[in-house]
Amino acid sequence: MNVLNSYRTGPDERGHFGIHGGRFVAETLMPNILALDEAYRVARADPAFQAEMDGYLAHYVGRPSPIYFAERLTEHLGGAKIYLKREELNHTGSHKVNNVLGQILLARRMGKKRIIAETGAGQHGVATATLCARFGLECVVYMGAVDVERQKPNVFRMKMLGASVVPVTSGSRTLKDAMNEALRDWVTNVDDTFYCIGTVAGPHPYPAMVRDFQSIIGRETRAQLMEMEGRGPDSLIAAVGGGSNAIGLFHEFLDDPDVEIFGVEAAGHGISSGQHAASITGGKPGVLHGNRTYLLMDGDGQIAEAHSISAGLDYPGIGPEHSYLHDVKRVTYLPCTDSEALAGFQLLAKLEGIIPALECAHAIGKVMEIAPTKAKDHLMVVNLSGRGDKDIFTVAEHLGGQV
Amino acid sequence: MTSSHPTRIAARFASLAAEGRPGLVTFITAGDPDGVTSLDILKALPGAGADLIEVGVPFTDPMADGPAIQAAGLRALKAGQTLAKTLAMVAQFRAGDAATPVILMGYYNPIYVYGVDRFLADARAAGVDGLIIVDLPPEEDEELCLPALKAGLDFIRLATPTTDDKRLPAVLRHTAGFVYYVSITGITGAATPDAGRVSQAVARIKQHTDLPVAVGFGVKTPEQAAAIAAGADAVVVGSALVEAVRASLDETGAATPRTVSDVVQLVQGLAAAVRGVARAA
Repeated sequence: MNVLNSYRTGPDERGHFGIHGGRFVAETLMPNILALDEAYRVARADPAFQAEMDGYLAHYVGRPSPIYFAERLTEHLGGAKIYLKREELNHTGSHKVNNVLGQILLARRMGKKRIIAETGAGQHGVATATLCARFGLECVVYMGAVDVERQKPNVFRMKMLGASVVPVTSGSRTLKDAMNEALRDWVTNVDDTFYCIGTVAGPHPYPAMVRDFQSIIGRETRAQLMEMEGRGPDSLIAAVGGGSNAIGLFHEFLDDPDVEIFGVEAAGHGISSGQHAASITGGKPGVLHGNRTYLLMDGDGQIAEAHSISAGLDYPGIGPEHSYLHDVKRVTYLPCTDSEALAGFQLLAKLEGIIPALECAHAIGKVMEIAPTKAKDHLMVVNLSGRGDKDIFTVAEHLGGQV
Repeated sequence: MTSSHPTRIAARFASLAAEGRPGLVTFITAGDPDGVTSLDILKALPGAGADLIEVGVPFTDPMADGPAIQAAGLRALKAGQTLAKTLAMVAQFRAGDAATPVILMGYYNPIYVYGVDRFLADARAAGVDGLIIVDLPPEEDEELCLPALKAGLDFIRLATPTTDDKRLPAVLRHTAGFVYYVSITGITGAATPDAGRVSQAVARIKQHTDLPVAVGFGVKTPEQAAAIAAGADAVVVGSALVEAVRASLDETGAATPRTVSDVVQLVQGLAAAVRGVARAA
């Protein structure tokens, strides 16, 4: 085993991926973080925990999610053979449920009765509210006031499921502020509360743990493509906000040197406009929300307000493992503007009869650019991480009300 | 305690012990509501009875702070405050006051972006005595704590109700100057601490260290300050001062002639209460 040549060994035991990651939290939270680290270590090694996960993944979530050959999209773009990994067909409508299931089962093992979560687009909030309903746990979801407004369908879903949704009015009133508020709640309610983070960010062990729960996406992809094509993919592409759906697809293939990997960041109105959410393309390393990673900020280290048409990508940071994969040049991170994402959204709806979430519409936006440059026997897998029902109002507004 | 002569913080706690009374630590946010007014407040604090001063370094995402200090930071940032300006403000204060310890309190990112070595050199030159960085637990000591100690700045660690006896030695290991006991599990300016429980916690910490213990988070009134100070070496008041600044502003958010005097009056009241606490010798 040549460990030095692997991209899959991180993080180290203190949570570092290269210079990124770590545990930058207030002392009040440290005992909880260490207890979580220990509980996850024990659970991961326990076959009963995995068996419990597998049962719910199969019968409640509906895994494995299908992989689908997007024939008309492939034909239209005239290059790579495009496969969609259909995470939007999971129960609750996105990949988020894979991680939430793992964390909620862990919270139960730890005896925690109250679950808090932050959410941007509301997909993580809905998944958390769903599993809290299933297991009879109290659920409080923090959501930026701006996002509450633009993702109303998900707010109703969370409330229907019995969760309290707390609109956050501080700062930019989006995902970053929701995370601040969730951390403030956790620091106040340390004893009974489990913080269910929705992406591969935050203090160690969250980035590694959430990645582990999402890595099922890549493992299934390998097996499914093997069955359909007799071989693995040539390229992978996924949208990156915090980056949980992307790392979920990528991790399995990081040590396959012939697999090209693309992460797509939200470029909002364009990188040069300054109004975007592309932390790697337009940011620098800094420390926020418990980890070091690429962040959008000014020269004084003040965090900038991100902009994206997609509430789920509207965050000025990115998971630390992605920052590492960028530093070592294993993954290529590309910016995709609001209008490119809207084009991807419409194209997939019209050609394949699939309305994607605005988040993964960013990946489609870049597929439109990259697929035509590839040979016809090139196998490209796109993570279709969520369904777009929640976004129809936003899209209608941007297209001048003409749905 | 690597330096051969006592630091301003050690000297101040020694003189408090000699006087037989607890100390008052006051917190203000640098640049709130603007740079000039903030410097005037800072200069007036020792005369009003502050024994040590914490200067908050504004940050956009203060995840351990309550609404009052969040708002103060945003006011300061809106008025153009930066870490460089905060260091310049301490230097101006230091030119007129050689004895009152000044501790910078905030979050790591502005310092990380400024550059750790450059920051430590500039902070030391400005007359900063210590640092309280909320999001740097002992697990991240190599980032700033160890370089700060090497540069001759005290790194003051927060101990909390969740820091049990097993963890306490790790928290205290590289702590210098004093220990800041966070009296509640929560954010600044939130719940009111229970004085009896706080003094038990201080006694527990003192079994592990000879350093003075200051107590803060949630202390607002002179009565609360006196009650907490009775069981500690010093009491920290922050949100109440910041709230007094806010209440003095005009409708545009600008300072008024009351701004400095309101804060001074509040600190005088707190100091009188804290100084009234006699130590059982």
